[in-house]
Amino acid sequence: MSCDVLEVDFDARGAIASSGVVDETTIPCDDVVLAIGQENAFPWVERDIGIEFDNWNVPVVDPTTFESTRKGVFFGGDAAFGPKNIIWAVEHGHQAAISIHKYCQGANLSDRLPRGVNLTTAKMGIHEWSYSNDYDPAGRRIMPHVDLKKRFRKLNIEVELGFSAEDAATEVERCLNCDLQTVFSAGLCIECDACIDVCPVDCLTITPNGDQKTIEANLKTARLEPEQELYVSGPLKHTNRVMVKDENLCVHCGLCAERCPTGAWDMQKSTVVIPYAIDEAERDEQLCRETRKAG
Amino acid sequence: MTSIVKPRIVHRGLSRNRLGLTIRDYEGGMSTLCAGCGHDSVTAAIIQALFELAVPPHRVAKMSGIGCSSKTPAYFLGASHSFNAVHGRMPCIATGAAAANRELYLLGVSGDGDSLSIGLGQFAHAVRRNLDMLYIIENNGVYGLTKGQFSASADIGTAAKRGEVNEQPPIDPVQLTMALGGTFVARSFSGDKDQLVPLIKAGMRHEGFAVIDVLSPCVTFNDHEASTKSYAYTREHSHEVMHADFVPPMPGITVSYDEGEVVPITMHDGSRLLLRKVSDDYDPHSRGAAIEYIRTQQRKGEVVTGLLFVDESRPDMHGINATTGMPLNELAFRGLCPGKRRLASLQRRYR
Repeated sequence: MSCDVLEVDFDARGAIASSGVVDETTIPCDDVVLAIGQENAFPWVERDIGIEFDNWNVPVVDPTTFESTRKGVFFGGDAAFGPKNIIWAVEHGHQAAISIHKYCQGANLSDRLPRGVNLTTAKMGIHEWSYSNDYDPAGRRIMPHVDLKKRFRKLNIEVELGFSAEDAATEVERCLNCDLQTVFSAGLCIECDACIDVCPVDCLTITPNGDQKTIEANLKTARLEPEQELYVSGPLKHTNRVMVKDENLCVHCGLCAERCPTGAWDMQKSTVVIPYAIDEAERDEQLCRETRKAG
Repeated sequence: MTSIVKPRIVHRGLSRNRLGLTIRDYEGGMSTLCAGCGHDSVTAAIIQALFELAVPPHRVAKMSGIGCSSKTPAYFLGASHSFNAVHGRMPCIATGAAAANRELYLLGVSGDGDSLSIGLGQFAHAVRRNLDMLYIIENNGVYGLTKGQFSASADIGTAAKRGEVNEQPPIDPVQLTMALGGTFVARSFSGDKDQLVPLIKAGMRHEGFAVIDVLSPCVTFNDHEASTKSYAYTREHSHEVMHADFVPPMPGITVSYDEGEVVPITMHDGSRLLLRKVSDDYDPHSRGAAIEYIRTQQRKGEVVTGLLFVDESRPDMHGINATTGMPLNELAFRGLCPGKRRLASLQRRYR
């Protein structure tokens, strides 16, 4: 296979500034698999209508509002900031929808509703939680695949066969439930050590407060990820010590909350709140109602 | 899920002891005690101490009687021998186990009800016999399993959950054991593992009867404001006089300490106990002075904790009775059953 050898210059941001063919080379090979890329092309957008393009011939787009340099024209997906995956494209669509709604209402496009996180307790009763907390430290189940010979005979065959019912049941309990947060209220703690004693990964420690080094020296299990910050509570009411948690080890099994006699530990489900266009519409309706009442 | 199970997770950070075991190998079943019970902390301290001592789990016999405390052996050392005796009768079962196999580590867990009321007679004689065992009393001042009636260790003036005040004087297992000639007497608090873990290690290595009275609050029936055995009260009123640091017998290990502040005690197996004086006026070798000190502090409303008395010089039950040096199951048949003629000669001595 013969290839062009390119010489590339990068700019300060690491993007390609210029490139040119300097040589040609031939690589011997048995087979070549073609993976063809795509490129943005906007020959259909007139260059004199106020939409600015950068030196890569991609429209200049505001990263918050997704509006181009011409008012009322919005871009999203690969057309906005180059290749990204479909999840980003959907998000761009949502954000652009908010902008379009605001544009139609004559509102300021940059005035966005804030994002947030909601926490609600997962406790339903004694030994009852609104999530499956029966953590299973089993190894990863191996996904059964279609036999290699079959796969080559029919290239568009679905390769993964799916888990058996038993394997699926085991696999789901390996989930670390990272949407469930361990929330600690220092004021409720009576320092009975129940959470520390029951923790299956020894990620909790009650220790006198001090600098990072002192606290680290007292940890029940040495830190495995020094980059990851420790969680340190406020002072506990009986001894003024602090509760320290190494989140890196935690499997969110919730046994600390289960064994806590005062509810100082709680497992709370976190929901990320991302505003959509419909939330803007509701806000407008509310404003209308208030204006009507005032009038 | 309807009941809780502790997942068995062996992660990279888990250390191993001399036997190659992790602390998970010293755990037992899941506790069914109330959430926040002091006994669960004592369980955790036992697990920690035995893991650090690298005791082979199959060499331990867990002995208990009846009560919340006596349920706890189910929650540690799942691979050990265990006997759950009749209420208050654990010491005689333990005596039998010790007589039959002197190479077992006997670890008794009892409570204030089991040891100081129904089992007081049994307890007293186990102390006198200097049975080679560690006897932990999980002391909470109430009968938790029967809804919180006062036990024999409840202090005068302490109130039950419903307000009733105790007027009977308490039995203090520490003073009692000292008066009966106990050779290793300590008091600790379930919420203080820094103190409790070395005490358990030392008690396991003591050749003779080691008593640790562990104040272990009953979170359901005796953790209120008018209680003298609550978490808050114990934290505020306990006062450590003698901190024990346990040094296992390891060749090449030297420990430096400041003479005068530290009392070193060499134990039978060569391990050492470094007693750090927290109070200058305390002498852990004088039985009389120790009892007097504890009484004086008690009058001031203080609970004295730490290793309060230790005497390594007295022989244990096997020493007193000059028994055979081997576990009975390892004796050859001829040794176990010396025959008719020997029996006849023995009987002649009693005529």
